[in-house]
Amino acid sequence: MEKEHGKPGQGIGARVPRKEDSRHLHGRGQYVSDTVIPGQREVAFLRSPVAHGIIRAIRKPPNSEGRVFVREDLAEAKDIVAPSTLPTYKISGQPPLAHGKVRFVGEPVVMCVAKTRAEAEDLCEQVELDIEELPALVDSHTARFEKSNRVHEEWDDNLFLSLSVDNGFDALSKKATVVVKREVELSRQAMVPMEGKAVVAYWDERADQLIMYYSTQTPHIVRTGIAQFLGLDEGQVRIIAPDVGGGFGYKVIVHPEELAVAWLAMKYRKPFRWIEDRREHLVSGANARQHHYHLTAYADDKGRLLALDAEITIDGGAYSNWPFTIGLEPGQATGNLPGPYDFQGYRCKTYCVATNKPGFMPYRGVARTGVCFAMELLMDAVARAVDRDPFEVRLENLVRPEQMPYDNVVKKHYDSGNYPAALKLAREKFDHQKWIDRQKKGEPDGRKIGIGFASYCEQSAHGTSVFATWGLPLVPGYDQSAVKLTPDGGLEVRVGVHSHGQGMETTFAQLAHEILGIDIQKIKITHGDTGTTPYSTGTYASRSIVMAGGATLNACKELIPRIVKIGAHLVGCNESEARFDKVLGVVGPSGKAVDLREICTVWYLRPDRAPLDVDRRGLEVSVSYKPDRDTGAFSYASHAVAVAVDMGTGQVEILDYVIAEDCGTLVNPMVVEGQTLGGVAQGIGTAMYEEIQYDVNGQPNASTLADYLLPGPTEIPNLRIYHMETPSPYTMYGIKGMGEGGAIAPPAVLFNAVNDALRATGAEVSKTPLTPHRLLEELEKARHRTEPKREAA
Amino acid sequence: MKAAAFEYLKPSDVGGAIKALAGGAGDAKPLGGGQSLGPMLNLRLARPKIVVDVSRLEALRTIEDKGAFWRFGGAVTHAQVEDAKLAGLTVMSDVARNIAYRAIRNRGTIGGSLAHADPAADWPLALPALAATIVIAGPAGERKVPAGEFMRGAFATVLTEDELVVAVEVPKLSAGARWGYWKFCRKTGEFPESSAAMLMDPDRKLARLWVGALDGAPQSLDALAREIAQKGALAATETAVSGALDLVVPGQDPVSRRLHVTAVRRAVEKGFQ
Repeated sequence: MEKEHGKPGQGIGARVPRKEDSRHLHGRGQYVSDTVIPGQREVAFLRSPVAHGIIRAIRKPPNSEGRVFVREDLAEAKDIVAPSTLPTYKISGQPPLAHGKVRFVGEPVVMCVAKTRAEAEDLCEQVELDIEELPALVDSHTARFEKSNRVHEEWDDNLFLSLSVDNGFDALSKKATVVVKREVELSRQAMVPMEGKAVVAYWDERADQLIMYYSTQTPHIVRTGIAQFLGLDEGQVRIIAPDVGGGFGYKVIVHPEELAVAWLAMKYRKPFRWIEDRREHLVSGANARQHHYHLTAYADDKGRLLALDAEITIDGGAYSNWPFTIGLEPGQATGNLPGPYDFQGYRCKTYCVATNKPGFMPYRGVARTGVCFAMELLMDAVARAVDRDPFEVRLENLVRPEQMPYDNVVKKHYDSGNYPAALKLAREKFDHQKWIDRQKKGEPDGRKIGIGFASYCEQSAHGTSVFATWGLPLVPGYDQSAVKLTPDGGLEVRVGVHSHGQGMETTFAQLAHEILGIDIQKIKITHGDTGTTPYSTGTYASRSIVMAGGATLNACKELIPRIVKIGAHLVGCNESEARFDKVLGVVGPSGKAVDLREICTVWYLRPDRAPLDVDRRGLEVSVSYKPDRDTGAFSYASHAVAVAVDMGTGQVEILDYVIAEDCGTLVNPMVVEGQTLGGVAQGIGTAMYEEIQYDVNGQPNASTLADYLLPGPTEIPNLRIYHMETPSPYTMYGIKGMGEGGAIAPPAVLFNAVNDALRATGAEVSKTPLTPHRLLEELEKARHRTEPKREAA
Repeated sequence: MKAAAFEYLKPSDVGGAIKALAGGAGDAKPLGGGQSLGPMLNLRLARPKIVVDVSRLEALRTIEDKGAFWRFGGAVTHAQVEDAKLAGLTVMSDVARNIAYRAIRNRGTIGGSLAHADPAADWPLALPALAATIVIAGPAGERKVPAGEFMRGAFATVLTEDELVVAVEVPKLSAGARWGYWKFCRKTGEFPESSAAMLMDPDRKLARLWVGALDGAPQSLDALAREIAQKGALAATETAVSGALDLVVPGQDPVSRRLHVTAVRRAVEKGFQ
């Protein structure tokens, strides 16, 4: 890390340690499963053992009344339905428990309740499922054209939706002298937050409310969803999201199990608890990243991209999700594929196909990990086709700083930045020449060195205007922050977003400190409870620091005249003569000052000392905010890596990994680095390890962490992160969101490096994850291609 | 997932353990460190009526110098082996040190690992290569089985349902012995994709070469081992190793073959370094 980067003090730009770390490092975090409500009972789900079938009968064990539930029992609960205004989108209602049909292995069918989880699982075993198996739709390419066997009978095919864009393709592709085709693919994976889904639900008789401790990133929209699907008033539902062990998009969704448990608590007015275990997560949460691309690049003979043709197939799984819908992924894939590049011809057809797998969900980076992988592998392929260094070709294709703000080929509005500078910075810090020399020299152990680059830009903090085009049932608007000075001069900040690893209890305090100068230890950030925080659609899409952060900044600013009013009175001057000082408080023309603590004390405890014309709105304020231009603040980065490939095992070692990133004004460089590091770790998982394969019957091959590999501390290299700061012209202080970026580029940069290492063999890898097996297979294929005689013999 | 209900017994000596296992009539399982049985119980893949915890039996938890060999109790943990000062047999600590990771080594036992018989595990490969002997106790008393004959296939051994691995006896190496052990794991702590172990101990007239992480039990590459004993590491050419593998694991796909050829050659190379 670039330790020297950071401003002094506690405000914007300061590298202050995270306030929330103490409780986490001491094991004192409070998660849903730490919550115990007296008398709570445990819930287990009997899940579908087959991928596709008709439920002929479900036989409950004798005397299981009130302990074993099927869909018909949950009469008050509605199916989870996510409408969308996107053209061609088809509705797929997801019942809280499967009804009529099962559509993926792991779909909840029966809910069982007992004193302990083990006994609830015993009950599950006593239920008899009679399911008539149907042929499973496993491969999205086959399912796309299949009309007779359908995931949803009421449809006439298996297409959730298709999108199409053609901007200037024909005219520009004709001018190309170089045409490069590639096919790339990402496997299906799970998000694997450290804490899975978790919910404790009970009915509070005094409040007349369904209270849910709920592991979610978006407590307010979850409340809207639960109220809607149970037919309750919103006021009858309170969602408390305590410490949450990672969200990543998995926890922006109302899941059927959560709705079913909410129904139990509403119906029986007793506490119920369900904690997702790792096996449930891997089987029924295999819901991300599976994209397939046919790509054709049209370039000139220097490798300058003129036009791009793409066909994207997304394996959508069985159900659309509420509220983000299955339309988000194909929408983002189609819109983001052009990446940080300057070209004017683009044609793309995107198909989102229903299959017998868990429904697709937005995972950190959403479609961008896939599109970056596709675009960056293609960029390297173009460079090889024109026999130039991929670094140079990439550099020449990037949007240039003088073009900013830049409307790209699909009219995305890149607000600011110097993309080529980030690529050059990555190269310089990486010491490109050193690796080129080492590659030429060769390794003593025979491994092959490969060098890779990848660049991306990341739309962050995009608002109403952008989400409205994705057809969602709900669209984010203004985010709110409620701030209140306390009698002793501290500050309470309440926001509707949720912090679950992002460090917002620290960064939001830094924002408030920037305006009011209060020590961040005296600034308390409250989030995660619909009962105590203002409405927000929550934490997703790298939006919180810009949106809720902007609201917090403005709210603090609104307090200042009210503070000055009291302060001026106390120092004995006119309001117009007094000024607010972050250190001293309110200062009069003579230099006499009264500190914030005293001003607060006067307002709350000694109003007899306050001016008669004091601002009666007091020292608390709730302010809403979104940027005037809400098309997004685009963060961006270039990654550079060197790898060593063992040709005898297919093992890839990452020797160096450099990141040059720009997320606008840094609020806390250490938090930015932490977010980047975590994201890159997940990206390395996508690139090298994580995968759930399905057999022809739709059975997943991984249901434990013995089969589903995650990168551990020994697999994550020592990342070197370097910052640039180009403020966004559209946001408060020029801050941009950056929570997802780290997870976007690793597959692209690692595959580019490996392909560089393999160049002499003629082999090329293009499907995640890059297992040793896949790498050796490609080497075998290449060997047969280059030695046809041996193959014949 | 939580385990189905089972009866948990904690006998105070080996005799009691054997009696408890025999009393289960095929439905009892001994529990060592629980690093494999634990997850299998929770996933309800293993559903014994009785679990007999042998992990605390003092008689099974000692490491003893027996002169020509070291004797490791069946409930000795990998971590104990890793930390022990084993004169003439430091290679045992080297193998232990690379089993999974320390949290697993703290609990996992040598006897449990052998009885579980995962084809890719370390002890089922290393112990045959070291010409070790497995000591088994049952209702009829003790019997000894050469380590190379202990495992019958994937997750299958010569143990009957009322028998227990009580010890492993591993002969010390001569001063001039060459030991090479190599495995390829996709990441730290994982079971290997391929593995191999070589022991060349001319003073004891031993030439052993074993390959592991196959579909079934580890296999001995006898002829190749003898050749290496005569000609050195250079005998382990790619062609020679692939030929030797053809005899014990015919019909491997090219990728698996590549991985195992690499493992064998690197184990040999390490032994001769």
